Amino acid sequence: MPTLVIDDQKVTVDPGTTIIQAAKKLDITIPHYCYHPRLKSVDMCRMCLVEVKDIPKLQTACSTQVRDNMVVFTNNQKVLDARRSVLEFLLINHPLDCPICDKAGECMLQDFYFQFSRHTSKFKEKKQKKHKVVNLGPKIVLDSERCILCARCVRFLKEVVGTEELGIFDRGDHSEIGIYPGRPLENNYQGNLADVCPVGALTAKDFRFACRSWFLCQENSICPGCSTGCNVLVHSSERSYDKTLRRVYRLTPRDNDEVNQSWLCDVGRYGYHFVDDPDRLTAPSLKRGEEYVKVDWDTAFREVAQRLRGIFERYSPSSLGIIPSPQLTNEDLYMVKKFFNETLCITNIDFKLPGWNQGQGDGFLLKADRNPNTMGAELLGLSGIGPQAGEIIEKTRLGEIKALYLVGSDPARYLGEEKIASALSRAQLVVFQGSNYNYACKFAHAILPGATFVEKEGTFTNAQARVQKINQALRPLGESLPDWKIILGLALTMGYYFPYKAAEDIFKDIAREVTGFSGLDYKKVGDKGIKLALSGG
Amino acid sequence: MKIVGHKLSFLENIYLFEIVRGLVITTRHFFYNMFFHIAHLLGYQQDVEAAVTIQYPEQTIPVSKRWRGVHRINTRPDGSPRCVACMLCETVCPVQCIHIVAEEHPDPAIEKYPVSFEVDVTRCCWCGMCEEACPVDAIYMDSGKIPKAGYSRQDLVYDKETLTKEVPLPGYQRSLNPPGAGAPKVNPMGL
Repeated sequence: MPTLVIDDQKVTVDPGTTIIQAAKKLDITIPHYCYHPRLKSVDMCRMCLVEVKDIPKLQTACSTQVRDNMVVFTNNQKVLDARRSVLEFLLINHPLDCPICDKAGECMLQDFYFQFSRHTSKFKEKKQKKHKVVNLGPKIVLDSERCILCARCVRFLKEVVGTEELGIFDRGDHSEIGIYPGRPLENNYQGNLADVCPVGALTAKDFRFACRSWFLCQENSICPGCSTGCNVLVHSSERSYDKTLRRVYRLTPRDNDEVNQSWLCDVGRYGYHFVDDPDRLTAPSLKRGEEYVKVDWDTAFREVAQRLRGIFERYSPSSLGIIPSPQLTNEDLYMVKKFFNETLCITNIDFKLPGWNQGQGDGFLLKADRNPNTMGAELLGLSGIGPQAGEIIEKTRLGEIKALYLVGSDPARYLGEEKIASALSRAQLVVFQGSNYNYACKFAHAILPGATFVEKEGTFTNAQARVQKINQALRPLGESLPDWKIILGLALTMGYYFPYKAAEDIFKDIAREVTGFSGLDYKKVGDKGIKLALSGG
Repeated sequence: MKIVGHKLSFLENIYLFEIVRGLVITTRHFFYNMFFHIAHLLGYQQDVEAAVTIQYPEQTIPVSKRWRGVHRINTRPDGSPRCVACMLCETVCPVQCIHIVAEEHPDPAIEKYPVSFEVDVTRCCWCGMCEEACPVDAIYMDSGKIPKAGYSRQDLVYDKETLTKEVPLPGYQRSLNPPGAGAPKVNPMGL
């Protein structure tokens, strides 16, 4: 194991490590553009030059492997001068219009210019004018003038995605990133190009000009797009909500070696729009005749509780059906199980609507099962205690089940509108609890608005049985509440008390009662999640 | 904290004397101003000043050249606002009274423009930092105007159309280009 000294600090690393990786271990950041930890080093930008003792010329930290007894200087005058010169070269043709550029505030060129260079341009000739606003595909826009030709995007598409749609064309200072004629970007991972680009050359259409990066708050979360459970950062801001009706501006991937590395697929990345969709349910409402009347939570709880109790008294617990959704967190699902199954003894609980896991996967990050918490629902026992969800709907149609409680699920999406219409119109009571309007709401007697994944705290269990935490980034829209709180409120109105103040308390109970979760708490789950010790899994 | 007391004398204690003294001062000012105003009207005693009330809004006093009044947005030759929606004024504004919504401009050389640009003058603290932050010669507070009163709060939120219509008070222009002049496309650094 080679031991080397970087800026007077000793570090021992594995053989084959590069200087930049060794420096990272010591929390020394070596500025770089073309180097990306998940891509091969190509030495293109020359920004990471460092001095190695006894080597006369400066070396690139991204590709020089460490040796035993190596002495590296990352911050002496020679290195600083070199960085300054490299930046001067990079900025020859780069326009100085940071205020317009969408990357301003998170641009590495801007940061390093202010940190290391601050030079006035000595360039007397005319700047190269290149193409601006080039459409590369449905999601990405290129500005060739701002490109510093680090080729990260080209290498990302070659090494990670394998589609190789981008290339560098022309020579010298005419070089430009581009696509082949008639072959726009079509892969499912192009959203990453905007993240990979260290400058403002590649920008995502979805985010372009929507908000300045410094207005955004970031919160660690998990992508709800599929059962992979990619780690994401939710970028949100409420400052323009009254004008743009948008609070979440983008999702970006968060590093996690075990799950998504540094990437995120486009299905997940652009799948957050339901959070601020106009079809969000914002106030509890009750059906009065043909109209829906907005009421407060207490009235809604009282009405639902009263009608549920009525059905209980007239029939039996088997005349009630619950269909939860694997989109909910472990905490929400645990409350569903605890209240409806263990307290009210309802056995018609199942989340597996026919076709629930039959999306289209792509073998990399996107899974066929488009629900973030299928494994959690499975482990918490929300399937297999009674009939399947399809049968519950069928039984409702036949009149065996008199009341149906939908927790976040959208049965019409899987079973078709006709079938749902014929089933739900026969039920004496349909309660819909969820975040967005769907076809089933048409038949609901009570609508209870739930919070979305960015508005609540909780955990998801992904397909590899990894428990990962989502954090609250925004206040729930309107009067909506996290689903576990709604069930808690309903339970209280019906006379059952559960001593939960926060999602964390519920998780403690899950850890106590559910096999696989034992011994866990939010602290242990942390930012990166923790894999459950399951027998046989 | 130290409380400095003032011991009232006998005359101050009985109040009556102080009331009379106050009335004497007021009356003296009244007759003094009346005498000199009449004298001024007749053309005498011009070098002695008498108390002046300015009949605002019919009359105004001239303001300093650096004085900051209602905002205006400078325009390009085609009449469109010079603003490129960089939101630096919105960022620097200490009271968050500026609100911009940006969108893609059809001309790639301009790139970005404000679809909506609102200044809430009820919140504005007239610090002038927006002027200083603007990189493209777009926002100025040299209109020399004091915001008028409004019947609703919304009346005092000035939108893009209102702000582009404003012009600098003659002789007060602080922008490099007068409205509707200068380069047709603006590069933030080169104007």
